[in-house]
Amino acid sequence: MTAQESHDTVSNSPRHEKSDGGAAGPAGTPRRERGTRVRRQRVRAAWLFLTPMLIGLLLVAGWPLVRTFWFSLTDASLSSLEGSQFIGLENYLVFDDGWYGILADPLWWQSVWNTIYFALVSVSLEAALGVIVALVLNAHFRGRTLVRAAMLIPWAIPTVVSAKIWAWMLNDQFGIINHLLLGLGLIDAPLSWTADASLSMWAVIIVDVWKATPFVALLVLAALQMLPSDCYEAAKVDGIHPVRVFFRVTLPLITPALLVAVIFRALDALRVFDVIYVLTSNAASTMTMSIYARQQLVEFQDVGYGSAASTLLFMIIALVTVVYLYLGRRQLGGGQ
Amino acid sequence: MKGRLLPAGIFLVAVAGQVQAADLTISCGAVGAELQLCKSGVERWEAQTGNSVEVVSTPNSATERLSLYQQILNARSSDIDVFQIDVVWPGMLAPHLIDLKEYLPQNATDGFFGAIVDNNTVEGRLVAMPWFTDAGILYYRKDLLEKYDLEVPTTWAELTEAAQTVQAGERDAGQKDFWGYVFQGRAYEGLTVNALEWIASYPDGGTIVDEDGEITVNNPQAVKALSHAAGWINDISPQGVLNYTEEEARGVFQSGNALFMRNWPYAWDLVQSEQSSIRDKVEVAPLPAGGEDGQSAGVLGGWNLAVSRYSDHPDMAADLVAFLASPEEQKRRAIEGAYNPTIEALYQDPEVLAAVPFFGTLYDTFVSAVPRPAAVTGDNYPRVSNAFFNTVHEVLSGRVTADQGLESLEGELERIKRRRW
Repeated sequence: MTAQESHDTVSNSPRHEKSDGGAAGPAGTPRRERGTRVRRQRVRAAWLFLTPMLIGLLLVAGWPLVRTFWFSLTDASLSSLEGSQFIGLENYLVFDDGWYGILADPLWWQSVWNTIYFALVSVSLEAALGVIVALVLNAHFRGRTLVRAAMLIPWAIPTVVSAKIWAWMLNDQFGIINHLLLGLGLIDAPLSWTADASLSMWAVIIVDVWKATPFVALLVLAALQMLPSDCYEAAKVDGIHPVRVFFRVTLPLITPALLVAVIFRALDALRVFDVIYVLTSNAASTMTMSIYARQQLVEFQDVGYGSAASTLLFMIIALVTVVYLYLGRRQLGGGQ
Repeated sequence: MKGRLLPAGIFLVAVAGQVQAADLTISCGAVGAELQLCKSGVERWEAQTGNSVEVVSTPNSATERLSLYQQILNARSSDIDVFQIDVVWPGMLAPHLIDLKEYLPQNATDGFFGAIVDNNTVEGRLVAMPWFTDAGILYYRKDLLEKYDLEVPTTWAELTEAAQTVQAGERDAGQKDFWGYVFQGRAYEGLTVNALEWIASYPDGGTIVDEDGEITVNNPQAVKALSHAAGWINDISPQGVLNYTEEEARGVFQSGNALFMRNWPYAWDLVQSEQSSIRDKVEVAPLPAGGEDGQSAGVLGGWNLAVSRYSDHPDMAADLVAFLASPEEQKRRAIEGAYNPTIEALYQDPEVLAAVPFFGTLYDTFVSAVPRPAAVTGDNYPRVSNAFFNTVHEVLSGRVTADQGLESLEGELERIKRRRW
């Protein structure tokens, strides 16, 4: 997981340099005599400073990534990593009296779908709620600092701990959630949140939203505090409805921050593991790509097959990131 | 540089080795009273030998525990010397375990159940000592069956009927949370055991994969068994049972909220303990059969003690294992915690029978328990079991019907078999 995060950074940095170089090329040509020496020195210094980080990234992110990809082409098992044999793409897909391999495994496709569903729903909810919470916290009221600090608690608790707490609260027989809902008369029989296949995905989403909304709210709040007040004063003078002000002024201005928050959350959600594993274990109805990969790697000791799943997971996340950044950039470009 | 560091390193290791010379680490389960009994057993050995042992507890779910062990063992870690391993694991873990025959006297396994000793012998090497055996049994509330004038059920249909009657009656009497039957329905190894008990209790229901490695799970009797079980959910079993392991089921039963419970013998001592709200109201029976011509089928469980090949003190660890598996220790565990001994003679021991009467009456259940297809599927057993319990979980939660589920399970097992069986 760190590998994926770091990889994004790796893939970002060359692009920045390229665009830098591209801009410098035409701009640099007319004043070549003055600029080259200093420029060359600067470039050299930049590389000097970058090298340790690049080596570090290569070691901690690149190497495991390459190794995982290599393992995905072998029949390695956890007990015999050395004695593994190259089997090509058999872990992915192979035809032998029927299709075999991950891409032919219905459970894999279900975990892909589960992951995407989870990511879409939870991140949308977190974005919407995060903005609302941020707007509330941006208003002036007594005890605002206290509420701001308190709001961060869910984000501060380690996921495994909060997931376990929720598992008890959601327990069908002794859980406080059912107790409350029964007391309020909203349900007439206790719901088994984590066991009922139709509810368990929602239980997981609720816990994730509870946990991650503060993160989105925090980023949005930071953006809100930087907004220029003159727009709002002008809007007030013109007597424009606050809802209209929000959609016409506030939302476009905080969109960049919101997009950053959403991409962070989306990446987290696509590789979600702990909250789901604690709440519903290996159940197929909530199995995500990470849980599928872990099951192959750890429970079945099948490093080859599990690595293939991890590689696919990585590629799907990379693809989503690229598409998102592309769309986000275009949207931003249009806005500007 | 290297030359100078190396001796220093060896010196440090030697010192550390000396300091911890007496230290062993044992991993015990923590289901029910297991951990406490393990600790007291270890303390007795410590007092006898003057060594010190650290007891570490492990996850309750057997599936989780296996993953943890595999990670420790595959890393060739010497952190844990003695492992408590499940009856289906010796084949899988054998390469990492020492041959106890080399460390223990020749007659170390005399008087033990031959089948379990055979189970723990892999390619002629005794990789684990049988510690306690297990088979699924049915716990029932004697007082409630008497109150409603019902017999102890001998078939699943009778169980269902009795559960419906009592559940309706108790709920009318104001106990709103009362349920008929609780079992282990979470998607984990325990569900494999439960579902195999249902299937094997029907005539020709099969055992997932037969002794020759043929996949037998997709048959009309198994469909019947699973459909029947799926009907329990929300009828006589809470839907939450789909996320229960042993201890969650015991929680509901022991708080007086269920009529029947499927569990292992360990639960006996706990439901009869002084803190239990149903003390003296519980009896046990063999699990029901699948219809008139079916048979009661408890699945063989049980745990063994094995020594890691990467242990720094294999001889000392083997001595600890021999002590814990000794007749005296097994007797103590039987009396104090209702753990089934693996030594035949203890089933006639009057003190044991006085403490746990059903060891005598259910003796047949324990010695003729149904094994899981671990030996024939070898390294692939976790995969087979996983495919099986996931299918059963889907059937129980109503996402697929039993025949659809079993048909796709057959395909899934074919895929697994094709890869490596």
